[in-house]
Amino acid sequence: MKDHISKKKFMEEFRRYQKGSVTRRHFLGVTGLGAATAVLGNAMPGLRASPAMASDIGDRVVLATWPNYHDEANFDMFTDETGAFLQVNVFGSNEEMLAKLQAGGSGWDVYVPTNYTITTYVEEDLIEPLDLSKLPNYDPDAFDPRFSDAGIVDGVVYAVPKNWGTTGMAINTSHNGGAPFTSWKEFFDRTMDDFSGRTMVHDYQLTTIGAALNYHGYSFNSVDESELADAEKLLIDVKPHLFAISSDYQPAMRSGDAWLTICWTGDGKQLSTDIPDIAYALGKEGGELWSDYYAIPKGAPHMDAAYALINFMLDPEVNAREVLAHGYPVADSRTNELLPEEILNDPILYPAAELMDALEFGAAATLTDPNRAELLARFKSA
Amino acid sequence: MTQRARNWLLIAPAGAWLIVMLVLPLSVVFIFSFGERAPAGGYVPAFTFEQYANLPARFTAFKNTLILAPLGTLAALLIAYPLAYQLAVRTSERWKTLLLVLVIVPFWTSILIRSYAWIFLLGGGGIPALLDMFGIENVRLIYTPFAVLIGIVYGYLPLMVFPIYVALERLDKRLLEASADLGAHPMTTFFSVTLPMSISGIATGCMLVFILLMGEFLIPALLGGGKVFFVGNALVDLFLQSRNWAFGSAVAMMLIIIMLVTVTFYMRLISRLNIQRDDAPLM
Repeated sequence: MKDHISKKKFMEEFRRYQKGSVTRRHFLGVTGLGAATAVLGNAMPGLRASPAMASDIGDRVVLATWPNYHDEANFDMFTDETGAFLQVNVFGSNEEMLAKLQAGGSGWDVYVPTNYTITTYVEEDLIEPLDLSKLPNYDPDAFDPRFSDAGIVDGVVYAVPKNWGTTGMAINTSHNGGAPFTSWKEFFDRTMDDFSGRTMVHDYQLTTIGAALNYHGYSFNSVDESELADAEKLLIDVKPHLFAISSDYQPAMRSGDAWLTICWTGDGKQLSTDIPDIAYALGKEGGELWSDYYAIPKGAPHMDAAYALINFMLDPEVNAREVLAHGYPVADSRTNELLPEEILNDPILYPAAELMDALEFGAAATLTDPNRAELLARFKSA
Repeated sequence: MTQRARNWLLIAPAGAWLIVMLVLPLSVVFIFSFGERAPAGGYVPAFTFEQYANLPARFTAFKNTLILAPLGTLAALLIAYPLAYQLAVRTSERWKTLLLVLVIVPFWTSILIRSYAWIFLLGGGGIPALLDMFGIENVRLIYTPFAVLIGIVYGYLPLMVFPIYVALERLDKRLLEASADLGAHPMTTFFSVTLPMSISGIATGCMLVFILLMGEFLIPALLGGGKVFFVGNALVDLFLQSRNWAFGSAVAMMLIIIMLVTVTFYMRLISRLNIQRDDAPLM
């Protein structure tokens, strides 16, 4: 097969499309049509590894991950080194990922579950125990156990740490005299006041209900019925004042249509880098501390390629490039040694200790609690 | 081979298709709707009417759908009819093909991409900014029911235009001349000749658009900002987020029942109109 444009040029063009692809994230998020990206990859012969390069791991690996969460250059490098092309499916929430795996036939080789989901995946027999001999780049001692513990269930390693981060808020400070908000109380009260019509909350029960619980001073993870009722009342009251209920908040924050949103670390970093008026803040009542992992689903079609990809991503140099691209911190001390000082001292990535202390890790019960899922549905359809 | 065997053979592919693609999935949905949600999501077999009893929890979704689907159908009809009329009756043969192709052109791009484009058109930097220049300030379009209506009309207009166009195209133009010769006002001609003759096109167009709108989820999700919730969105959430397959199946069954009732009612109405039309010349 002869490429009409050089492979490098093609990839540059394609990456440019991907970078600017406002569509991808949202439509994948809301429609669950993650496969669309895969189809696109298949339809473009220039993206496939040429047969001459194909190694014994096969010609492709399918990764299910979150939006704005990788350095595309690393993917290209992986393809160059191994001959395996990456198909990337982007998801909007852990619930959606779990739903897809429960339905079966996902076709994924590697996915990126968050800490609180892993025990559920183990119970549902949807996750492959990892053969660490195939992951020489994984050094358990290099990782802060706070962010690597959740990958180990009953002494078996099912997942290895990718990144960690916090769930806070992003605010366009030009509408608040240059100052960020400092609490979830302010977040919701001001939304019902002078920020009316300008606030976004996630289309995700864990974070949106969590923030409403924090407003009342309850635990982010609460499944207590009366506490959830208080959170529901707040959300229903605030709904007419919301700009949108969507986890795709970057476009609206960038265009200036939205001024305030629930936000994850890396999105906060990306927004504030491009638009200095946008600040990332944690609520002093608390919020979420999370860590994501690389894992292999049961029955992954390209098992060797899956191990190769995870091992590649755990290489400290590769990992450092990832951090520089997406702005989420890592728990790997080997990677941190390679990162510039200003990243390691960035208050968005590494919030002050007293703010961090108030945060909680999400719990498995929070994700699977049917009442919380139903509450969010009532809120959306109200 | 006997005639009988040949007939069976000819029907077999369609029959197999119907069983695999319609009967089987519907049976699964029907059975699931009496089940329960597994603790971590999914489905466990049971026999309970609990899911059906819980249907009022999605009342707003049904309400939104049952308001916006007919409204969207009507708006599409009002915009499509003059367009189809112009194309079929008033446009010369030379231009007809070109203009028809222009109606189809939007279908060359995915509805997803086109709906996404509307996010920018309706967003603060789009049409509202334009209105602002003319002194109309603080217009909020994106993420409102109105935005959803615009998206619906935009997305489904061609489906309405074509059946009406075909009906009007078949209309014998000499009837219009005859009507004029007999002294009828153009308006009278339209209401007593053109419109009744195109009823079948209107009926088909409305049916096509209405049925698709009842199951719509993409446009409300994109242009409604998660705040304008259709039954389709409720279903997506139940299967892809909260993983309550049993309740999702009950909601789906309810939607099918509502569709059956409205479509049956609608067909009756249309066939009555057609009978009246057939009677009309005799009077």
